[in-house]
Amino acid sequence: MTDTKTDTKTEKYFGQALKRKEDPRFITGTGRYTDDIVIPGALHAAMVRSPYAHAKISGVNKESVTGLPGVVHVLSGQDVKDAGLGSIPVGWLLPDLKTPAHPAIALAEANHVGDIVAVVIAETRAQAEDAAAALEVDYEALPAVSTASAALEEGAPLVHDDVPGNVAFNFEIGDEAATNEAFKAAPRRVGVKLKNHRLIANPIEPRSSLAQFTPASGEYLLYTTSQNPHIHRLILAAFVMSIPEHKLRVISPDVGGGFGTKIFQYQEEVIVLLATRLLGRPVKWTARRSEAFVSDVQGRDHETEAELALSDDGLILGFRVNTLANLGAYQTLFAPAVPTYLYATLLNGVYKMPAIHARVTGVMTNTVPVDAYRGAGRPEATYLVERIVDIAAHELNMDPAELRRKNFIGPDEFPYQTPVALVYDSGNYEPALDRAMTMMNYPALREEQARMKGQGKILGVGLISFLEACGLAPSALVGQLGAQAGQWESSLVRVHPTGKVELFTGSHSHGQGHETAFPQIAADELQIPIEDIELIHGDTGRMPYGWGTYGSRSAAVGGSALKVALQKITTKMKKIAAHLLEASVDDVEHESGVFRIKGAPEKSRSFSDISLMAHLAHNYPEDLEPGLEATAFYDPKNFVYPFGTHIAVVEIDTETGHVKLRNYGCIDDCGPLINPLIVEGQVHGGITQGMGQALLEDAAYDEDGNLLAGTYMEYAMPRADDVPTFQLGHTVTPSPHNPLGVKGIGEAGTIASTAAVANAVMDALWHECGVSHLDMPYTAEKVWKVIRDARSQPQAADD
Amino acid sequence: MNVTVNVNGKSYTRDVEPRTLLVHFIREELALTGTHVGCDTSQCGACTVHLNGDAVKSCTLLAVQADGMNVTTIEGIGTVADLHPLQTGFWEEHGLQCGFCTPGMIMSSAELLKHTPNPTEDQIRHHLEGNYCRCTGYHNIVRAVQHAASAMQGGATQAADD
Repeated sequence: MTDTKTDTKTEKYFGQALKRKEDPRFITGTGRYTDDIVIPGALHAAMVRSPYAHAKISGVNKESVTGLPGVVHVLSGQDVKDAGLGSIPVGWLLPDLKTPAHPAIALAEANHVGDIVAVVIAETRAQAEDAAAALEVDYEALPAVSTASAALEEGAPLVHDDVPGNVAFNFEIGDEAATNEAFKAAPRRVGVKLKNHRLIANPIEPRSSLAQFTPASGEYLLYTTSQNPHIHRLILAAFVMSIPEHKLRVISPDVGGGFGTKIFQYQEEVIVLLATRLLGRPVKWTARRSEAFVSDVQGRDHETEAELALSDDGLILGFRVNTLANLGAYQTLFAPAVPTYLYATLLNGVYKMPAIHARVTGVMTNTVPVDAYRGAGRPEATYLVERIVDIAAHELNMDPAELRRKNFIGPDEFPYQTPVALVYDSGNYEPALDRAMTMMNYPALREEQARMKGQGKILGVGLISFLEACGLAPSALVGQLGAQAGQWESSLVRVHPTGKVELFTGSHSHGQGHETAFPQIAADELQIPIEDIELIHGDTGRMPYGWGTYGSRSAAVGGSALKVALQKITTKMKKIAAHLLEASVDDVEHESGVFRIKGAPEKSRSFSDISLMAHLAHNYPEDLEPGLEATAFYDPKNFVYPFGTHIAVVEIDTETGHVKLRNYGCIDDCGPLINPLIVEGQVHGGITQGMGQALLEDAAYDEDGNLLAGTYMEYAMPRADDVPTFQLGHTVTPSPHNPLGVKGIGEAGTIASTAAVANAVMDALWHECGVSHLDMPYTAEKVWKVIRDARSQPQAADD
Repeated sequence: MNVTVNVNGKSYTRDVEPRTLLVHFIREELALTGTHVGCDTSQCGACTVHLNGDAVKSCTLLAVQADGMNVTTIEGIGTVADLHPLQTGFWEEHGLQCGFCTPGMIMSSAELLKHTPNPTEDQIRHHLEGNYCRCTGYHNIVRAVQHAASAMQGGATQAADD
């Protein structure tokens, strides 16, 4: 069932559920992903990866593979050093951040299982992989550490000698004194100690890179699986490879999902560029899934203690949080920002919280690096806030919905300044809550829950109200906070003589439907058929500089850049029309697809009349440049703050502990919907990824740093029969500060659903067993044990 | 060694290493890159093709095992000008986002509809257990298959398969 409120403006294309322009190539198998691209004569690289979480590399015996079939070259860490390559840089610097060197190939020490210690390049992929398996590397195993808390213990192994105590940063936000005062005065307090466990993004397309160096021109071409090809080019050119930026072209063609893990500059991209430079032939590498598990940047991994102070009647008075964030063995692009400015600033949730104080410690461990994964910090914050609010509701014997309603920021309180730095742009939380409760028939669910008690199955209802900050981001603001990047976005609109239009964006689509949504915006503004418009993205050789796609920024920032560029085009076209119609430009209107004189609509010129004249420039205004294209660089004034209420219903089999997600419904508000079909698809996928964390997925390591879930056989991702049909609805509260009014929706589902599903499971276990918190994922074994233990101690089940 | 496989109605003979997987034969020898590789443990289903009419994971078979057999890939099931009802269903119902799992989803769903022309939602979900999608949450994939089932029941374009 789709319950879409259609009070968005009724443009011809904006707001329409158009099927996607990009789909014909995907449904016919003619998409073009990096691994599909063949450059004749290409060599293939295979990575030799450390089997140890921490080891000294005492020798790489290149001769051990000399003469094996097809082997062309072997690279070691020494070769990277001799080539003068720089460390892969961190893009967000916190005060006193300790950033260990991150070489493309480890030189003296391997710091996680999967760290690259050598590379074999051969004529075929099979030959390269055979030789990589045969290459002799001498390791001396060193003690390793895999969790943040273990890494902080006295005498814990040091991951890097230049990061004392394994502490990369100490971060603090909020007012500690005011929070302490709030707690002193508060009659009620509830606490929770929880782990937000580690996840692996697992886009179904593995990472892949193909590089070609042309010695005669000094030019490099890199095809790679990137969410942000300009960032890749900038880092590779300026920081790692010392290639003049204009001599490196990065193309990110069709990309099979990103979810954050294709933002980052990886070792392998440097390696294929170095190899093609040294060998003068194209070089390709494509990850095996088993490599992806130990090399794709991972997500989450927090250990947190938190306390919430409340009045007797459930008003929130204060919130304090202490989080250890496991960063893994190296810091990648946004790693320091994710558990700080994308997490601790979100701890206010949708509530009036008078005082908040949070500390975050960033900790290095011998595990795969951790950085942004769908939601990036906001799911961790939402999980914590919504979990502790639910615990409070249980302990205060209040309905979870009513406790939330009581603490909501009111619709007339925006812009709303939180105690943790953010200023919320707009919101109206209660209608979303009400509509979600109506849609899911919340009172009936509570009745059913009471009725089912003692029937062999228990019902849990998880309700959460959330917001997130996305549309990254005002450049000056993030610059003050440590970002080494701007966060504006670009758009170029090119109108051809025949009136056909190409749009270029610096953001990148890897499933989000830009090739449809961006033309929808343009077709309305230009008043031409959408079939005449094409969006081009993902090639530094074709479009202006842009910062790419992450943080649900493409519509709010990239779409706004497009809107501004389109307005430049129509402004110029009006001037040309005025000249042709021998009228003042103020008298020209752009209506019904033509440029015409107000009050004399019979005098008009078509879109293509004007575009042709802009190129011929025969009969043309003297003071106007010929041609018809415009570029805009749009820097947002604030983040945007989508929000909503999600309700999950789970059924737990008390005999087996199996948790079934039975129903899931949500009301999301992302401002006006450009394309409801695409928005709903983003929400469906987001919910499923978030429920995966709650019920299935766990990138568990043993204490020696071995990843225990290293293939799809052990790492359980949601399958078609793990999820129900979802019930969706929307409210529409525009953002007041961008020209489209839109907010992001790419991550909202994931940000919300982990907490909603977790609250549903804990709601069931609270009512059945009196257990207030268990860490995710809620596997059958874990849940069964809790039920069994509660039954063997009947007094514990007193609710 | 020599392998002869009929792929999408055309016979191909190639000299391959005995260890060559069918999926690599299809992608690299025949340059049919619509069949994808998403894992190395036969879990993801992105490589699903039809072998003598049955859906198989082409990463799990050697090319030599397909010697003398008929293979249908996503490129052979329909074209932009003449889409298979499942291709239409996935397009109409937004059953794909990044598109990487889509060929496998379509090929697997085609097998379901061959044996179960009017499947329930549960049957569709159960049948697609062997195909991972990380983008769509499966919601619209289920609708896409229902859309195709309905079109095929209504006597629309017959499957060009096998």
